[in-house]
Amino acid sequence: MPGPFALFIWMVGLFCETAVVVCALKKRAFRRYLLLNLYMASAVLSELGRYKILTEYGFASKQYQYFYFYSDAILTIFLYFALCTLYVHVFSEMKAERYVKMGTLLLLAGTALFTYAVVEQSSAKLVTHFVVDLSQNLYFVGLVLTYVLWAAILKLRETRTRLIQLVLSLGVYFSLFAANYAIRNLYPSLSSVFVPLVQVFGLFLPLAWAYAFWRLPEEARLVPARLAVIPR
Amino acid sequence: MMAAIILVCSIVFLLQFFVSYCRSLIAASIKHPLSAEVQDVTGIKTSATGDDFARVVQLLQLCPDRPEDRGGIQAIGTYFGLLGVVRASVARLIPSLRAWTEAERGQCTYFAAVTLERRIAFSRDMFAQQLET
Repeated sequence: MPGPFALFIWMVGLFCETAVVVCALKKRAFRRYLLLNLYMASAVLSELGRYKILTEYGFASKQYQYFYFYSDAILTIFLYFALCTLYVHVFSEMKAERYVKMGTLLLLAGTALFTYAVVEQSSAKLVTHFVVDLSQNLYFVGLVLTYVLWAAILKLRETRTRLIQLVLSLGVYFSLFAANYAIRNLYPSLSSVFVPLVQVFGLFLPLAWAYAFWRLPEEARLVPARLAVIPR
Repeated sequence: MMAAIILVCSIVFLLQFFVSYCRSLIAASIKHPLSAEVQDVTGIKTSATGDDFARVVQLLQLCPDRPEDRGGIQAIGTYFGLLGVVRASVARLIPSLRAWTEAERGQCTYFAAVTLERRIAFSRDMFAQQLET
């Protein structure tokens, strides 16, 4: 079993993920941000599944490892699609939904092909390594896409506060995970420090989204140019 | 090599996103006027200064917290610390940067005061509900 601190973080994470869905439902934002909320609901189900397998087979079991990495990959793909729905929100006036969907699928296929090409040359356990590497690569692709979306928000002078906070918190989340994976690849000896940090980083997104759904009304507006690090 | 590039990009993007996120939290709270009661408790009358931040956070810790507020105040606390590092290092050389960090630190204090006001209102509601039952 993981230690008491890891279990505590796990419980807090589960609570926060549930809080996002509850806050969105209470503030009538569930349907507007459907994929974001479905992602959080899936994360809750995944956490419950992990806990069940953990108690049945143990932390070091193959069953737990497989379930952990496969569910993580599915959730990352889900989050990637959720990010693309934020693109649809930002570009809603341009009626660009079809192009965003097409671009999303092409980029996902491209990332999967690139991952496969890399894994095929260097790995015996092809499928498992593919799943793990795809998840890591999608974090970086997600980060770049979020950065592009943030640039579009600044350029198009998008003013919806809740949407802006959802995008920025997603950017912070993707950056934290991409940096964490990069450090682990560069310095494998530091994995014992950076692997447990994944759980702590994972708390940021549900906390930020719960805040955005609960505290900010859909009508709230702000001037995005004031938020840029470099004044525009 | 690839991992190093990803690491550098991630850290640069992280800083940009984090600063913008914190400023969006502050911008959303800055329009909220402080009640006379919170002004008295915190000593913030017109504009807040960074020096009051620690005191307002101490007052915040005396009130029961709400889970949805926890992420915001922690993020702003980290941002305040980051501003402190900039203020103590680079801003010593650039006067305009020093003025900017001071203004940002003051806004962090204001955000904490607004959160304090919400927590006081929440505690009051809870107390009223307990009295009713």
